Amino acid sequence: MGRYVIRRLLQMIPVFIGSTFLIFVMVYALGDPVAALFGDRAPDPATAARIRRELYLDQPLWKQYGHYMAQIFQGDFGTAFNGQPVLELMAAAFPVTLRLTLIAIAFELLAGIALGVAGGLRRGRAVDTGLLVLTLIVISVPTFVTGYLLQFLFGVKWGLVRPSVSTDATFQELLLPGLVLALVSLAYVTRLTRTSVAENVRGDYVRTAIAKGLPRRRVVVRHLLRNSLIPVVTFIGTDIGALMGGAIVTERIFNIHGVGFQLYQGILRNNAPTVVGFVTVLVIVFLLANLAVDLLYAVLDPRIRYA
Amino acid sequence: MRGAAYARWAVCVTVVALAATACGGSTGSSGGGGGGGGGVLSSSWGDPQNPLEPANTNEVQGGKVLDMIFRGLKRYDPDTGQAKDMVAESVSTNDSQHFTVKIKKGWKFSNGEKITAASFVDAWNYGANLDNAQKNAYFFEYIEGYDAVHPEQGKPTAKTLSGLKVKDDRTFTVTLRQKFSTWPDTLGYNAFAPLPRAFYDDHAAWVKKPVGNGPYRVESYDKGSVMKLRKWSGYQGPDRAKNDGVDLKVYTDNNAAYTDLLSGNLDLVDDIPASQLKNVKTDLGKRYINQPAGIIQTLAFPFYDPQWGQGKEDLRKGISRAIDREQITKQIFASTRTPATDWTSPVLGKDGGYKKDICGDACVYDPKAAKKLIEGAGGLPGGKIQLTSNVDTGSHRQWLDAVCNSINNALGKRKACTVNPVGTFADYRNKIADQSMPGPFRAGWQMDYPLIQNFLQPLYYTNASSNDGKWSNRTFDDLVDKANAENDTKKAVTTFQDAEKVLAEQMPAIPLWYQNGTAGYASRLSDVKLNPFSVPVYDQITVG
Amino acid sequence: MPDGPGPQQPESPPPEPRDPASQRPEPQRPGPQRPGSQPPGAQPPDPRRPVAPTAGGAAADLAMDEGAALELPYGGTPGGPVGRPRSLWSDAWRELRRNPVFLVSALLILFLVVISLWPQLIVSTDPLACDLGKSQQGSEPGHPFGYDTQGCDVYARTVYGARASVTVGICATLGVALLGGIAGGLAGFFGGWADAVLSRTADVFFGIPVVLGGLVFLSVVTGTTVWPVVGFIVLLGWPQIARIARGAVLTAKEADYVQAARALGAGNTRLLLRHVAPNAVAPVIVVATIALGTYIALEATLSFLGVGLRPPTVSWGIDISNAAPQIRNAPHMLLWPAGALSLTVLAFIMLGDAVRDALDPRLR
Repeated sequence: MGRYVIRRLLQMIPVFIGSTFLIFVMVYALGDPVAALFGDRAPDPATAARIRRELYLDQPLWKQYGHYMAQIFQGDFGTAFNGQPVLELMAAAFPVTLRLTLIAIAFELLAGIALGVAGGLRRGRAVDTGLLVLTLIVISVPTFVTGYLLQFLFGVKWGLVRPSVSTDATFQELLLPGLVLALVSLAYVTRLTRTSVAENVRGDYVRTAIAKGLPRRRVVVRHLLRNSLIPVVTFIGTDIGALMGGAIVTERIFNIHGVGFQLYQGILRNNAPTVVGFVTVLVIVFLLANLAVDLLYAVLDPRIRYA
Repeated sequence: MRGAAYARWAVCVTVVALAATACGGSTGSSGGGGGGGGGVLSSSWGDPQNPLEPANTNEVQGGKVLDMIFRGLKRYDPDTGQAKDMVAESVSTNDSQHFTVKIKKGWKFSNGEKITAASFVDAWNYGANLDNAQKNAYFFEYIEGYDAVHPEQGKPTAKTLSGLKVKDDRTFTVTLRQKFSTWPDTLGYNAFAPLPRAFYDDHAAWVKKPVGNGPYRVESYDKGSVMKLRKWSGYQGPDRAKNDGVDLKVYTDNNAAYTDLLSGNLDLVDDIPASQLKNVKTDLGKRYINQPAGIIQTLAFPFYDPQWGQGKEDLRKGISRAIDREQITKQIFASTRTPATDWTSPVLGKDGGYKKDICGDACVYDPKAAKKLIEGAGGLPGGKIQLTSNVDTGSHRQWLDAVCNSINNALGKRKACTVNPVGTFADYRNKIADQSMPGPFRAGWQMDYPLIQNFLQPLYYTNASSNDGKWSNRTFDDLVDKANAENDTKKAVTTFQDAEKVLAEQMPAIPLWYQNGTAGYASRLSDVKLNPFSVPVYDQITVG
Repeated sequence: MPDGPGPQQPESPPPEPRDPASQRPEPQRPGPQRPGSQPPGAQPPDPRRPVAPTAGGAAADLAMDEGAALELPYGGTPGGPVGRPRSLWSDAWRELRRNPVFLVSALLILFLVVISLWPQLIVSTDPLACDLGKSQQGSEPGHPFGYDTQGCDVYARTVYGARASVTVGICATLGVALLGGIAGGLAGFFGGWADAVLSRTADVFFGIPVVLGGLVFLSVVTGTTVWPVVGFIVLLGWPQIARIARGAVLTAKEADYVQAARALGAGNTRLLLRHVAPNAVAPVIVVATIALGTYIALEATLSFLGVGLRPPTVSWGIDISNAAPQIRNAPHMLLWPAGALSLTVLAFIMLGDAVRDALDPRLR
């Protein structure tokens, strides 16, 4: 197990370098950020040159990248254009997005599993078909449409919740955005659970449990669900990375000052330190989450062993 | 089955964590105004792009704060826009080139430090110095010695402007490089604000929590989310705050701010999103403000491209006449824009130089005349016209589409005019700098100070800093020079208007519309108004 | 009793312990989420293994998952119908013809393709003829869906919008399937360092959030056609298909008939083209069909962020992104293009679902 983990960690290094370099090149290709700092006015060349030098922008791309990576390994993620260290931005943004992600995952787990079990136990009947169609519809509507729609209905028309999120970003305020963020994954969890339950319900061990005369409820919760949830739990684990990076649209609609907000601002302003810094962290989260899920799976399923 | 146990454990932890914090987090939201207690109001804000140094802030959001925590030598009257003495007791000159500035007694910074002549001179020297890379450095370019502290190439050879001299605690003199009769009127701009010693002594701390001499002081600044400003009781000026403070809250999307206003979580929104303009009267009734501001939108032409440049006046005028400004401002902007008939702004007032109809027929919609003019000029270059703008803010996409449709309808074609949207403002500015505009492009202008000079010189003078289309005209330049050297303000204004008439003949940029400032506020506020820069006059707002 | 190993699929062989020095250098994805990357002997017991969510969003993952399930018939399950490909395909076709879901979705897609090619068939109004005076007005005779903000006919724009959206969907899917299929197939077939390089490269692209990549890439590469958008989707979409194809090829090349052909002296090219590829293509087709729907939805999201298709191209994405903030004033502007988009995505996902079911003998 230990050797396996070390090998996986080593393999992350080229992926990490590749991802950060790719995003670095992309942000670099966006062009010179300095012109935009001067608003609708052509920058004074002397000041612009000075700013470029301070931001290390007058160097060739590979040197900029090397300089940036060297900084990162010293724990310095650079400074955003408004003079704030990117690390501070991260410290403010990641907890918010983490809360949002947690809520989204809670929705996925609670609603997704409940619906999935309901469908899987009645495979082929009206409930199941209805759920299948419903999940397909959810998948087919873009997030920004559901976002605006739910914000309008719940927040403005019925006034049930606050339509946008305050700077504190408490859990209550994040409930609706969390639901919007979770919807597509929720549909997926539903389908996953449904298939898994539908297959396991025919398993020998379920038949045995029923034959032993155990109550139906106990069979479902203790025997069926336990085995069916393994793929779902592992899915959720890997979903974390995708949710955190994919919240740009949701965070924009609900005015959440999280990772997506910072990334969007960074892109609008060609602010390489912010964008690359945040993506770097997201890539690390993504890689670690993948590793964690692989390991978790081995823990959950005793038949898998890593040398 | 070890695995299943883990699975359930994972589910429970998440649920418990959620439940616990959900229960614990109920204190966060506050009823009524969402802004703290008593006389404190909350207002929408955008994340400032630059550190909040006066000489480094060149956009509205940062300017909004500086306007609350600083008072300069002059201040633009919130109603009329006229520059009136604030910290200055007098700014006097005999020749429009040598000025003597005397400051009033008793002014202090909110940290107790006295304001002296040096507070201004040191701040201006700091702003002009290339080593500090301040984005507003060019505001000091008229002062003698600017070349030495801010050379176009190489290192500065001096640290201070030779044109600035401290005479005594309350007096200093300014020598300009050229005659500039209206120079004192520019002094209301934030870049000219005084700075306390703390700014230089502990710069990092100052930027984190700026200290100024205005009616408000910064209580706390949580970058990227909220700035809490409170009334400063020691303020000396005549415009003391009538409320206890303002919480500026950062919004990324003005639509989110508007919905927060409707749901009672925000007191003041100073930019109503275009998509909500149709509902705003039913939503807010009288709590909706729509008043002229010193902002004009134009379509500039790339004069580096001979297809659009010299000798194509009729083509440019034809396009101008093909744009149905009335209908676009009504339908797309719900009358929060006024069709433009000159190149300045109504907020200047008649005395300030605004004159209706300088543009004349060329700004009047007439599809038949438009078609005739364009065809007479040889038609659109290649039969096509591409309108370029950044589309990340300000509903630019919508009005560009509408302008294109208007041109297409006038020409009776479907795809002659297309929109060339640029994803980010940064990218757009770079394309302008590279001179790679494929056709007319958006050129918005928000005035720095309410002078007709500010609407003409930076935009149309040869090689001026915002002359993005690179238009150049000797007659125009000469008239501007003449107006600047004029000692008599009235004569100066008429000369500027003569220069503007050159624009009407040449049409280097098509005036589209004057932009209004819009705002909406909660019922617990009163006396809300916007200044000519479309910024709320915070100090006059009363709460409750 | 229920704690016995392998309740999900008792007939599956227990996975062998991994040897770090095994002949394949890349056993880095032993978990459930990368089914394609596993040597056949080590397949986890659950045929419905989840896949890792990818930058493409959960919908794309769904596609991967459901496609991944298809590998089993080719050798993962002993006793499965490992046989001549023709029988699988004809079986599947027979199955499909009787499936109402397939019939409905196929008809819908056929209809969409027809109106994409000849929108004039059902609409006579010009989608670019706009009268600002009618901005956001409701329906009236001749204009059943009303007008949008610019005063254009919503019905005409919804019909004409099908072309761009369907083009993006189909072209992007073709590109992804070709690029991903070839890259993944070659990597799986030859293994070794090429495989290692491919897998790492795919990981690099997986790590970048799709919306972010779109914002950056499409700000740099611009144009008035659909090709930048298609190109971007291909760029970030190919690793998904590559994984599926790699896994399918890995499974197929271990099959007895391939070993037999190799023993008879067949060359690599012949092996790959005649024996492996036909048996590995099914999962790719299924994933591609489902992914197609998600690509259409992605185009709309890109338009929302201001980097998608551009006027005068008429597309649902553009119209939806214009209409979404206007939901209070003119819900009809949102309803029709969004409905059309959802119906199209639904049709392609249902088609993919049906094809998957038909190709999966265990579900018969």
